[in-house]
Amino acid sequence: MILRIQEPRTPKPADDEPIGGLVPVVVSPQASTVRTFLVSRGSSSIADSTFRWLMLLCALSIFAIVALIATELVTHSQITLAKFGWKFFLGSAWDPVNANFGALPFVYGTLVSSILALILAVPLAIGVAVFLTEMCPRALRGFLSFMTELLAAIPSVVYGLWAIFVLVPLLREHVDPLLIRLLGWTGLFAPPDFGIGMFAAGVILAIMILPIISSLTREVMTAVPHSQREAVLALGATRWEMIRMGVLRNARIGIVGSIILGLGRALGETMAVAMVIGSSPTISKSLLAPAATMASVIANEFAEASDDTYRSALIEIALALFLVTIVVNMFARLLVWAVTRGTPARVA
Amino acid sequence: MASGLAVLATILVIAPLVAIFIDLVYKGASSLNLNFFTKLPAPVGENGGGMANAIVGSAVLLTLASAIGVPIGIAAGIYLSEYGRGTKLSNVVRFTADVLNGVPSIVMGIAVYALIVVPEKSFSAFAGGVVLGIMMVPTVARTTEEMLLMVPHSIREAALGLGVPAWRSVLSITLRTAMPGVITGCMLAFARVAGETAPLLFTALGNDFWSTSLRQPIEALPLQIYVYALGAYDEWHRLAWAGSLVLIALIVVSVSLVRYVTTRGVLKGAA
Repeated sequence: MILRIQEPRTPKPADDEPIGGLVPVVVSPQASTVRTFLVSRGSSSIADSTFRWLMLLCALSIFAIVALIATELVTHSQITLAKFGWKFFLGSAWDPVNANFGALPFVYGTLVSSILALILAVPLAIGVAVFLTEMCPRALRGFLSFMTELLAAIPSVVYGLWAIFVLVPLLREHVDPLLIRLLGWTGLFAPPDFGIGMFAAGVILAIMILPIISSLTREVMTAVPHSQREAVLALGATRWEMIRMGVLRNARIGIVGSIILGLGRALGETMAVAMVIGSSPTISKSLLAPAATMASVIANEFAEASDDTYRSALIEIALALFLVTIVVNMFARLLVWAVTRGTPARVA
Repeated sequence: MASGLAVLATILVIAPLVAIFIDLVYKGASSLNLNFFTKLPAPVGENGGGMANAIVGSAVLLTLASAIGVPIGIAAGIYLSEYGRGTKLSNVVRFTADVLNGVPSIVMGIAVYALIVVPEKSFSAFAGGVVLGIMMVPTVARTTEEMLLMVPHSIREAALGLGVPAWRSVLSITLRTAMPGVITGCMLAFARVAGETAPLLFTALGNDFWSTSLRQPIEALPLQIYVYALGAYDEWHRLAWAGSLVLIALIVVSVSLVRYVTTRGVLKGAA
């Protein structure tokens, strides 16, 4: 971190400066001798250092935002933090009337719906990424990656609308009865079935995180050097063996990273889930039963939270969600960075 | 066999997207008429009515959000690319921006509720705009940085060589060269927050009547879609589909523009 700012020697306006007020800045490795020469002249001007500080301030505001979110959430969840402590996340009673709050059903709902979404989405996402990078005709590639990007840009509430009126009836009438018949013995799919519930939430989440996972996986797979593929093929491998050994094996850390990034998105996804999960603070074995997630309970109940303890309980859930998604995202970013470092970055 | 599986996976992924679009266009277009853009919501149970207040409300919220998010984001991007390149600080800022991007929007909404709505004792359009603005910052910062990195060094050197002060060189040479890319980055961030519902639930709240005041609760298109989708009336459902179609049209246009600019390489002319 270099923050050298020189005292202004000449208070003249910057425009009159012969060379221009150039504050010594960090020279990038690619910088040419001309730039090094200019920078080393190090003249001074108020305008330049002000501008530089202003830009720095805006960059630092990103830290400020994170710190602000954290402090606001902590200060406004004091009541339940003090009252319940760690037991808050272990209790399964959610009883606003008697001011007794346990967040376990929501933690359970968040975990199960996200895991369900990953189980459904990951194989498909990797399949799409393999198809797009390794075997798709060039003409189709642009179109398909555009479609996956578009899928990522659809707002959550529109997914929710579609899920209520198209996906849920489809599940209720065709998919769920089949699952009950085939997998009913496990107890995971048991009547009564209303269509809405944990399974519907998992399916819509899977549709929503697919594009994120597949586009990042594609990026990681593209970063695998061609020489790896050529080497495996030269050893007599078939195309599938080449993909498995030459590409997927080399990209596995990055693929895990992109899956975790998708998990981060699924954990915090709110609207679509809140619209189809059925909002019931219960833990049931059947995936067809209504449930609730940490994000969905905030969305559904915060407006009607009448007293301070109730509100504090919901804000504490938000705090937990914040911390969990930060950790998950940091971990995922580090993994993805480890693989794509050296290749030009792209905003996902 | 394996290729077959990959193709099948691709078809399975594209199918819901196609289904969503067909449903949107089919159900949305049939309820989209002039009333939708010009009328207030009809009283419960009556037909007709539109989402004019929600469209205006979204415009107010998004204008405020852009006024906050775009300057801060671009400035942060300039710092990352022009001043902090390769330093530890900029790596940490970049990393934090990426992580901030992954924070659930509802958490942002709760934080701004605690920050603005609680002390003011009133839900307001201002709080809604602030939430959306904050959410734009990381996306705008990262795309701006990437676009500025594409500007060749020779252009900066030429400007400095002619004696242009560094800050003017950044603003009127480097940033200007990368402008098409920076603008599309802003549009991408704009399109993302345009569809956000969760952070507005406890900040902008929603409002059935005309309001453009920043101190009053205000309606927004995604909020209205949410309420109507969960409502019990067919008329509401039709309006929810129509609203979604309008929202999606806005987003598809911006995403297509972004794609056009990034793949055609508008910046190539500068190289």
